[in-house]
Amino acid sequence: MSSTALTRMMTLFYVGLFFTYLFGPLVLMGISAFNTEKYPTAIPYSGFTFEWFNKLFSDKDLVRGVLNSLIIGVGVVLLSVPIGLAAAIIMSQLHKRARSIYYAVVLSPMLTPGVIIGISTLVFWDRLGTAFDADWDTFFYDGIFLSILGQTSFISTFCMLIFIARLQRFDRAQEEAALDLGASHLRVFFRILIPFLRPAVFAAIVLAFLTSFENYNTTVFTIVSESTLTTVLAGKVRLGTDPSISALAVLIILITLVGATAIELRKRAEEKRIAAQLAAEKGL
Amino acid sequence: MSKVSDFFAEFVRRNGATISVYLFTAVIFWIAVLIVLPQLYMLDFSFRFNLPPSKIGTEEDVHTLKNYKYLLFGAEGNPNAFNWLHLEVFFRTIWAAVLVTILNLVICYPVAYYMTQVISGGKARIFILCLILPFWINEILRAFAFRILFGLNGPINFALVHLGIVPEPVEFIKADIALYTGLAYAYMLLMIFPLYNAIESLDHNQIDAARDLGSPWWRIHWRVVIPHAKPGIASGCTMVFMLTAGALAAPQILGGPSSLWFTQVIYQWFYTGGNWPQGAAYAFVLLTACIVFVLTMMRIFRVSLGEIAK
Repeated sequence: MSSTALTRMMTLFYVGLFFTYLFGPLVLMGISAFNTEKYPTAIPYSGFTFEWFNKLFSDKDLVRGVLNSLIIGVGVVLLSVPIGLAAAIIMSQLHKRARSIYYAVVLSPMLTPGVIIGISTLVFWDRLGTAFDADWDTFFYDGIFLSILGQTSFISTFCMLIFIARLQRFDRAQEEAALDLGASHLRVFFRILIPFLRPAVFAAIVLAFLTSFENYNTTVFTIVSESTLTTVLAGKVRLGTDPSISALAVLIILITLVGATAIELRKRAEEKRIAAQLAAEKGL
Repeated sequence: MSKVSDFFAEFVRRNGATISVYLFTAVIFWIAVLIVLPQLYMLDFSFRFNLPPSKIGTEEDVHTLKNYKYLLFGAEGNPNAFNWLHLEVFFRTIWAAVLVTILNLVICYPVAYYMTQVISGGKARIFILCLILPFWINEILRAFAFRILFGLNGPINFALVHLGIVPEPVEFIKADIALYTGLAYAYMLLMIFPLYNAIESLDHNQIDAARDLGSPWWRIHWRVVIPHAKPGIASGCTMVFMLTAGALAAPQILGGPSSLWFTQVIYQWFYTGGNWPQGAAYAFVLLTACIVFVLTMMRIFRVSLGEIAK
């Protein structure tokens, strides 16, 4: 018996260690955001300050980067969610052999390093622009446009996987019944399929936006002369030295915590409702 | 051919004309314009000379092996037999990515196992939430956190010096310790979840049976759990390797002054070197390395591409 107790202790110790690794660096970064030291550090702690947050909001480059990131994020959502949905529907209707080839192609962006997606997008549009003799201010050379396309190329795969998972549980009999009763295909699509997929649509939108917002590897190549939050940040971090970066991290952590708690509470409420419903049905 | 047209006829009958048009337009746009053509153009571009825009499309714009030769042998007149500078960066990147992947597997396997076997229900969900939380913070900020942690005046050095373990602060960043730790951290989630999903589907009775029959814990893992988790291991390793080998932010932020990552060399060709075709050739070499790795994993673990993407 004592050996199982020992194993248990060791496991707990390991898990504790693991979470220290996971959260330790973030906690230290958090502390450095409120430290008066000029260089971002948690130790020595020389006094509490909000100075770095003020500095953060007055940083024009950063604000501009965030705005561009938001625009790109919205663009990516608008493209990648419909593409992912279409790709998932086609996947569900393909026959066996065609399906495996198709799957390999649409999965490939996920297994391609982000820098390569960025480079290929940049090169492709640059060459097209040259071929059409386009001016420098046309969309061929526009950082925002290229970033949206580059990111969409792999984020669509993520969206597709979400839709495939949900579609596997879809009962096609519903569609057929509606068609037999004289509904048009469009009506079936918007009244049956889309409502069934709503949770997946929601998940895909959130995932697509966040992935886009965070992306660096692809964007750093496609952004050309513009900037996004991540490219501005990377420049600052490489120079190395300003606790206002920590302050930004604290803000992002706070937003994340609030969002995650909200999602968790919603899930709980939903589960309670379903449980209550089941109990009521059993009672009948 | 009739099979193909049958498929289209059936497809349109099933989805209606409007929806069919949407489905095909979206997917063809994606595959052709966003996936296949850019890769082909990059490949083509990597076989060309670095010309000013005015000369592109003229008879000077021909194919050449020069960019690949450069990676192998360096510029003309290079006294060495090979371009060791870049080849070394390439092989070190691949080797380090393999090591980071193995490190990740070793760190994450016990955690994934713990998640499936020990905890359940609401507790599991909070556990998972705690795992995901740090990964919502973007890659650059996470790397920055490691820079603070491992800095010369950082907490680790502070502790080491004050406890008298080392006389002077250790240069973790120069020694690449910060880089490897940060890289292992960066893509942990992509190792844990495939492992978790794979192990979760294992019937707990099999473990109990093995234990009742007197199998020690390590043999239970070696003979029961790990074989069952194979698709998860393959999937996790593939994703982590690909992301690590292709990482750019972490090496830029955490890399020591003397150690380049291959992606940084590519980046230099595009930004400071101003030689895009050369950069495209390097990018293509990196892509090939990643494809070889994926195929090797599929072969070793006998899994399909679909299982890797799960």
